[in-house]
Amino acid sequence: MNALAGPVKFRAQLRRVTLRTMSVPETAAASDGNAIRADRVSRDYQMGEVLIRAVDQISLDVPEGEFLALLGASGSGKSTLLNLIAGLDRPTGGAILAQGRDLAQMSSEELAGHRNRTVGIVFQSFQLLPRMTLEENVELPLRLAEVPRNERSARVREALEHVGLSARAKHRPPELSGGEQQRAAIARSLVNQPRILLADEPTGNLDSKTGEGIMNLIAKIHHPNSGAGRTIVMVTHERSLAERYANRIVTLSDGTLLSEERLR
Amino acid sequence: MKLADMTELAARNLREAVLRNSLTTLGIAVGIASLVALLSLGVGLQQLVNRSVAHAGLFDTVSVRPRQNVPFGQPGGGRRTPRDSSNSQPPRPLDDVARKEIAALPDVLEVNPEIRFTAEARHEPDSQLVLVSGMAASSQSSGSLDGLNGKFFSSPDAEEAILQGDLAKRLVEGGQLPASLLGQEITLRFAQRQALPPPSEQPQSQAPNQAVGPDEEAMGYSIIPSEKKFRVVGVLPTTESGGGQVGINSAGMYIPLAVAEHLQVVQGSDLRNIARAATGTGTRYAALNVRAANPAAVAQIEVSVSRMGFATFSLIDITRNLRTFFAIFDLFLGIFGSLALAVASLGIINTLIMAILERRREIGVLKALGAADRDVRQLFFAEAGVMGFVGGVFGVALGWAIGRAIQLGTTIYLKRQGITSPNIWSVPWWLVLGAIAFAVLVSLAAGIYPASRAAKLNPVEALRYE
Repeated sequence: MNALAGPVKFRAQLRRVTLRTMSVPETAAASDGNAIRADRVSRDYQMGEVLIRAVDQISLDVPEGEFLALLGASGSGKSTLLNLIAGLDRPTGGAILAQGRDLAQMSSEELAGHRNRTVGIVFQSFQLLPRMTLEENVELPLRLAEVPRNERSARVREALEHVGLSARAKHRPPELSGGEQQRAAIARSLVNQPRILLADEPTGNLDSKTGEGIMNLIAKIHHPNSGAGRTIVMVTHERSLAERYANRIVTLSDGTLLSEERLR
Repeated sequence: MKLADMTELAARNLREAVLRNSLTTLGIAVGIASLVALLSLGVGLQQLVNRSVAHAGLFDTVSVRPRQNVPFGQPGGGRRTPRDSSNSQPPRPLDDVARKEIAALPDVLEVNPEIRFTAEARHEPDSQLVLVSGMAASSQSSGSLDGLNGKFFSSPDAEEAILQGDLAKRLVEGGQLPASLLGQEITLRFAQRQALPPPSEQPQSQAPNQAVGPDEEAMGYSIIPSEKKFRVVGVLPTTESGGGQVGINSAGMYIPLAVAEHLQVVQGSDLRNIARAATGTGTRYAALNVRAANPAAVAQIEVSVSRMGFATFSLIDITRNLRTFFAIFDLFLGIFGSLALAVASLGIINTLIMAILERRREIGVLKALGAADRDVRQLFFAEAGVMGFVGGVFGVALGWAIGRAIQLGTTIYLKRQGITSPNIWSVPWWLVLGAIAFAVLVSLAAGIYPASRAAKLNPVEALRYE
């Protein structure tokens, strides 16, 4: 794809998206095949007297089942956009729809439910609670979802088996390697069976070999051998990784969409 | 999050910083301990006073007097106003008819005349002026004779006496114990009424010193000195050793009521009747003691008897004020006890704010995984509540131990002084449960600010926190 032609083409698509979004009700939007839709999303931060626009009117469609890589240099706004999609942050302008529901219209409680059930989040620094064992860490989203206690252990076991950590269930995070910790974090993000997996530099703290293992695991989550796959949005600064695994690469720079490349 | 999960997580979090949380919990425990120790003393003292009055059999007793005989300042009594004297009919006499009427009232167990007179008690070589009171057989079971050395009267008409410890002490020779009087005889000298023969039977010529005046004739009796021997069967504890009967019927010497009635002693009311030239025949009582089936019935009996035209008096009136006094006393003790708890609550706030700073990233993770602001707030509340509960339980135990130590110290000190130590300390169930609930409540209140601060944390910023 021509790097210069990309943004022009993308902006043309955005206008169509905007019109569609405004005219289609939420329930209908859920059935239009998009897992995520961002419509002129902005996020401003007030730093003293200076207003910093981390995300500047970005519009984006992520169809169900797509593996999208958000590529960009540090400070380009890719993690901020991911946080907005995750419901960890609220946009200062525009709208974000996940599974057809506008996150900006959600109450704090509803947004918490979105983070718990609609999306699973994987962080660069794993974010496991060091005082808890792996199975306790993986169980946390189930506790928050008020899943009955007798159902939880089976689901935790299944999630840990899925990432190959059954034998490490009773271990605490500091007793594990970085790769194992990231596997545990993936198991935790999937235990509530969300339709969307959001990964923020999932291999950023790992060596290349371990990182490859994690990416293979994510690819397997995207396209499992059996059953339905998941929509994946991954933030990375490694182009090679994005090109190898993603269906589409969207590049951000200074809070705006710079280019879009469809790979598969 | 469910309450069980919340509590489990809170307990786990508290275990992680065990030293700091233990010290905070200890602060709460000390606060609760001081509260429990002070209030248990207040409750114990109140119970001691109540017990003393109840044991004197006075909670269920109503004293009934003719209206004009009621001392000034007591309910139903007081000085008669000019309006009273101009409008009122002659006051109703407290006679056998009235006694039967009162005895027929609901919840009245018995009606006994109050016989109290001053006499000289002689036990060679000593003699003492003493107030003698007739004691009904029912007093044996009323609890008013707690600590009695010896036994109760063998029969209602036995010529036996029970002495107040203080009187017995004065009557025995130096160095002897009051109880040494048990089984010995005491001679009682008193003024006795002697019925006069009808005027027709009176001799025409009498010695000048035996002349019968018009007043004597009107009242139908003369007063003569008389004496009778009583065997001492019981001695009550002395007042300085914490014993001694108290209340409106207290006296130095008790004799069976039937015997007292039979003695025909001159009482104060007889002289008043003479002064007022009361007319009529039959027995006139100075006062009647009405025993109610239970203390709750006393008020209604008082009302009924008042309507009959008599003045009434019961210790329920006094204890009402006593209860108010102890309520205020306990309130002050509670306030002083709560000061330590207030300091402890600052400890909770400090500990929880420290926990927020330390666990900022953890809060971010919880929010990222789907915890709502409410969940985070409740988690910190639960931690404050668990600290309060554990502190409350330990505090009650500590307060109980302090109270026991004070009781023990008081007992030892009083024993050395030769005084029987009363129980001045009590930890009732309501105090135990109330103190624990109060500890939890104070801890939750202390947790409001840290919990809301934790709940408001921005998850993105919290996740970035190192």
